[in-house]
Amino acid sequence: MSGLLIEPSPHIRCTLTTQKIMLNVLIALLPGVIAGTVIFGLRALVLVVLCAAFCVIFEMLFNIITKHEQTIYDLSAVVTGVLLGMNLPPALPIYMAAIGCFAAIVVVKQFFGGIGQNFANPAITARIVLMLSFGKYMTSWSAPVIAGTAGIDAVSSATPLADPEIMPSYLDLFLGIHGGCIGETCTAALLLGGIYLVARGLIDPVTPFAFIGTVALCSLIGGHDVLMQLLSGGLVIGAFFMATDYSTTPITRTGKLIFAVGCGLITSAIRFFGVYPEGVSFSILVMNILVPLIDRYVRPKPFGAKNAVRKGVQK
Amino acid sequence: MKLNSIKLPRLNGAAEMQTVRLKLPERVVIAMSQHGGVPCVPTVSVGDTVKTGQLIGDSDAVISAPIHSSVTGKIVGVTKVLNVFGKLHEALVIETSPEQVLSEEVIPPFIDSREDFIEAVKRSGSVGLGGAGFPTHVKFSYDPGTVKIDTLVVNGAECEPYITSDYRTFMEEGEKVAQGIRMIMKYLDIPRAVIGIEHDKPLAIKRMTEITSSDSNIDVITLPSRYPQGAEKVLIHNTLGRTIMEGELPSSVGCVVLNCSTAAFISDYLITGMPLISRRLTVDGNAVNKPMNVTVPIGTRACDIMAAADLRTQPDRALFGGPMMGISFYDTEMPITKTTNALLLFSETVRDGDTPCIRCGRCVRACSMGLMPTELEHAFDKKDTERLKKLNVNLCMNCGACSYVCPAKRNLSEKNQLAKLLLRDSVSVKERVLYER
Repeated sequence: MSGLLIEPSPHIRCTLTTQKIMLNVLIALLPGVIAGTVIFGLRALVLVVLCAAFCVIFEMLFNIITKHEQTIYDLSAVVTGVLLGMNLPPALPIYMAAIGCFAAIVVVKQFFGGIGQNFANPAITARIVLMLSFGKYMTSWSAPVIAGTAGIDAVSSATPLADPEIMPSYLDLFLGIHGGCIGETCTAALLLGGIYLVARGLIDPVTPFAFIGTVALCSLIGGHDVLMQLLSGGLVIGAFFMATDYSTTPITRTGKLIFAVGCGLITSAIRFFGVYPEGVSFSILVMNILVPLIDRYVRPKPFGAKNAVRKGVQK
Repeated sequence: MKLNSIKLPRLNGAAEMQTVRLKLPERVVIAMSQHGGVPCVPTVSVGDTVKTGQLIGDSDAVISAPIHSSVTGKIVGVTKVLNVFGKLHEALVIETSPEQVLSEEVIPPFIDSREDFIEAVKRSGSVGLGGAGFPTHVKFSYDPGTVKIDTLVVNGAECEPYITSDYRTFMEEGEKVAQGIRMIMKYLDIPRAVIGIEHDKPLAIKRMTEITSSDSNIDVITLPSRYPQGAEKVLIHNTLGRTIMEGELPSSVGCVVLNCSTAAFISDYLITGMPLISRRLTVDGNAVNKPMNVTVPIGTRACDIMAAADLRTQPDRALFGGPMMGISFYDTEMPITKTTNALLLFSETVRDGDTPCIRCGRCVRACSMGLMPTELEHAFDKKDTERLKKLNVNLCMNCGACSYVCPAKRNLSEKNQLAKLLLRDSVSVKERVLYER
């Protein structure tokens, strides 16, 4: 008998696929989306779902127009859309969200070659684009529809980072019952998702630990309220879901550590000295740009390599 | 320093299956290239009658081992078969006679010295039975004046899924393994031996510990059940903590590495004088109902083994060796060689093709040699030989761990092999000598 299939070794593969990874990220984001819906109402959910849909449609259209292989089935566009939606204020006009999705998928992701090729995080960059373009809308925070322990019932409120006067209790901060973006206020839900990703081995815990740890340390040294700094703004969603993006962060663990510490330092610098109340997005974007440099200098040591010895890299 | 490794499914359904000897096949096809190294030249011709154990192929080259007839029969033709490196080589087709006669050449060797021992091992046709097939006598032929060997490392890791032939050797021929080790230590004057066995084979560890309990200089070392534990460099690192430099042999760090089944064979040969004409292999895979371990003459064709196996369905894929490093072949007429430790048969194969790299870094965390397969792929695609060299692609041993873990299903290890060929073709003659060592 002949005609058997010939292929290079190895002849078995693990069951993990890009699609499964993205699906798991979506599962991890789910608690945050649910919390955002409960806290800010149904419109928040509509905005997140629309963002996901816009992203998929833009990627699909881009692939059709440029005659590329269709890549929407890997679910990465859905992840980008959900992440972007979670980073928007609940009352943002839909067309602005659509512009954000266009920037994320077409400009940041597909123009640079699609999944795995983009150097900047699409959701983060889109958020920054929207912030610079529609500053007023991007910083008007609707109040939670459910009341926290402080009994806020105002029509609009500010993010605690912008106005320390309206500082909610730590419990409200942890549960997310305060003004902010849809998916970034509820630390509890984000932690749940983050722990899920770590437990499934999909992200390296070194990144969130080092990122959040650096901000905590800087707050302590600077004499700021450490807990308030950790629980407010986009730190937790940024540290667990944005600074762990495979394509736009270093490959090695040491590289990830450098990346995360850099993010923490820049975030603290912007928060304490900058004109913007929040610096997580900018910090991740700046560190995204440094990734090729980090990857160039932080590499594993080849086992028994001769040229490494000559340079004195390996003992 | 801990080397990277990966977790593979165990799938060792044949582990507790007693080895069975299959009915003698009607014909055997004995390749003149049984392993890497120089192929042999036939010492017999078509029409000759050969007896079991008779020399039928030999070579004057250093890295070569003689080949013996595995059956009594008549040479009916010369054909060409692929060897493990994908090259066509001459092979003798022998039709077996109903009556099997032992050749007069099969006599126990007389050994009085180190030289006698090495010569006997050479005449036995012994090669590494773990899969790589390096001729055993070459490993032993170091100059004791300049090279100091302090440890014999016996490889019983058997880290690939499905394969259980070395495990069965421990369970069925543990005494012979120990005796072989003692003989090698005695004649080569090696003071110490370690037997490395993976953690998921507790019965083999227990058995070998018992057998060697009175040998103060033989230690059984439990290795983690991680892949690739049985790769020579990884094995030496994980048993002795020593690092072999690029392009060097185990002797450079005072070791000789030997597969456990090779040790058992040597002890057998010293008593009986029967050369390497048969071997144990595992038959498994999802096309097989009941996995088994069989002993067959070298040169038995895959179809003859399949006829004796309990097949669930018609396979669409067949491999010699393990699923990580074995080779797939397209024709079931393909004969087994001295290095074939498994015949794996698969069906319902689905291959989806690859998707773009997402830079997840799993390949980097999987590589026990500390390489960056994703960057090597980029460099190879650009045919950037300078970068490939700088990224140490020559350290890649094709263990396949990077391809296995890749969620984008990219053929990373295949690219590395192509990259090594590219480098070999682009380097100067002087450098080529270094690469081919």
